[in-house]
Amino acid sequence: MSQPVIELRDLLVSRGDQFVLKVPCMAFHEGRIVSLIGPNGAGKTTLLLSLMRLVKPDSGDILYRDRSILHGRSINQYRRKLSLVFQEPLLFSTSVYRNIASGLNIRGMRRYDIRSIAEEMAELFGITHLWKRRASSLSGGEAQRVNLARALAVRPEILLMDEPFSSLDAPTRESLISDLERIIRSRRITVIFATHDRSEAMRLADEIIIMNKGAVLQTGTPTEITQTPADEFVASFIGTETILTGKVTGSDNGVFSVSVNGMTVNVAGSVEPGMNVTFCIHPENIILSSMSPDTSARNSFRCTVVKTVPLGYFQKVYLDCGFTLMAYVTGRSMDILGIIKGRDLVASFKATSVHVIRKWPNFHPAIRPQN
Amino acid sequence: MDLVLDGLIKAYHLISGLDPEVVAITLLTLKISGTATVVSTGIGIISGTVIALVRFPGRRFIVAMVNTGMGLPPVVVGLFITILIWRSGPLGSLGLLYTPAAMVIAQTIIATPIITGITLSAMQHLPEKLRLQILALGATRVQLLLLLMREARLPMLTGIMAGFGGVVSEIGASIMVGGNVKGYTRVLTTATVMETGKGNFALAISLGIILLVLAFAVNYTLTTIQQRKTP
Repeated sequence: MSQPVIELRDLLVSRGDQFVLKVPCMAFHEGRIVSLIGPNGAGKTTLLLSLMRLVKPDSGDILYRDRSILHGRSINQYRRKLSLVFQEPLLFSTSVYRNIASGLNIRGMRRYDIRSIAEEMAELFGITHLWKRRASSLSGGEAQRVNLARALAVRPEILLMDEPFSSLDAPTRESLISDLERIIRSRRITVIFATHDRSEAMRLADEIIIMNKGAVLQTGTPTEITQTPADEFVASFIGTETILTGKVTGSDNGVFSVSVNGMTVNVAGSVEPGMNVTFCIHPENIILSSMSPDTSARNSFRCTVVKTVPLGYFQKVYLDCGFTLMAYVTGRSMDILGIIKGRDLVASFKATSVHVIRKWPNFHPAIRPQN
Repeated sequence: MDLVLDGLIKAYHLISGLDPEVVAITLLTLKISGTATVVSTGIGIISGTVIALVRFPGRRFIVAMVNTGMGLPPVVVGLFITILIWRSGPLGSLGLLYTPAAMVIAQTIIATPIITGITLSAMQHLPEKLRLQILALGATRVQLLLLLMREARLPMLTGIMAGFGGVVSEIGASIMVGGNVKGYTRVLTTATVMETGKGNFALAISLGIILLVLAFAVNYTLTTIQQRKTP
């Protein structure tokens, strides 16, 4: 991997007696798209503002290409290598053109160059027809396009975005994300964007950083985060709804057994008997059948359909196996198996589909396992 | 009724005939109130912006002072300035009493809190994150201030209009520090009061009409600028 563009070392930002951001170490690499995800109050915005040097940390350091940005005097020179996009477009009360050109004007560029860059940006974001319009007359999607065009017009090395799509409707968001991804990938811009929408993060990011209460909980690729969430909070936040806790009753040959509400779940791995463990199972790993299947899956449970929720092309099926289990089933399989509320089925999953996670004290996921 | 009608007819003749005395009083009014408004605009916009953006101890007290100052009675200002520039007062040696300069000072003191207060309010009503957005665009402190002022320009113009309206129509301070000296410190308001007292209603009415037209003309110009469609 390339050298980090920005590095954080022992960064601490506090408000009053409480810290709002605590990052022992973090690095952002050139050309990568990194998503910070977490609930409100996770510290995402504080991290972005610290990177932009709009918030001064209490301790620690931020290095830009190996040089501290906290101790130098040329803060404007540093800021001019970055761009920041907020959730609200925050456009100036002037024309679209002047808004796109504002960062270039601040840098004192020549009028001819400003116009040429602004025109290029307007074309890239499909807003040429809005050129002379007043910013206040734009729709939310148009305004955010102008905001992004303004941010990219200054040719930033690093683009910081704070929930840039959250106030947009789904079709507008989808088309804007597509256009933005095309532009930032082609220009190899390093992007750090905060969101609480996991699908946005999964869609755009090369790397995801999960945050909560000012701390980093897990860093990894979208696949790593989804498949192997570090703990109960991460699992719940990225949408894993089946999170169970039980006591290890036995361990043999790389598989251990966990008792959950009197049912035994087989899990790949090795854990000492007697220990309490928390684990998650992804709904796409559950196989439903009308009778016990003859497969390599080590876990099979008789269950009853409690509820079905349509999710576009497939449905989420809530099952009662003695504990609650979620499964994704396509419309065709729903028809073949005749899945309706109250239907008795068999749910199967492999021991390797079960992922053991850390338990959070006093943690309350959206759907609490029945144990 | 005849008195009013007669007064209006005579006023028409005085204005349409460009009576030299009326013209001189009008020009002096414009000069004194215009100068006071320009000076107040400079002080008011800068101080309003600084108070809005900078956090410092005693800020709340200063804001309360500014808000109180927006309703400052002109006679109190007149009294205060008169005492200061009275021959035996602390600034008596400057010989400012009954001069246009004294009137400009008094009117500046009246208009400044109005413009400061409205600027302060305008700045505080800008989106909180706009300041961060401008800094993130790489702006220097001076560029930040200029861009914020540009964003708040419409309510600021309202402040300037209110400031001009306040000083062009006040009489208490002008008569106390200016003395209504003919051809020197006589402005539309002081002349109107004097002519009314003398029973010269025609002249008083014509001065009153001119005062209204003047106030309207200045405000109309500023309103046109304010309501002009940007870009």
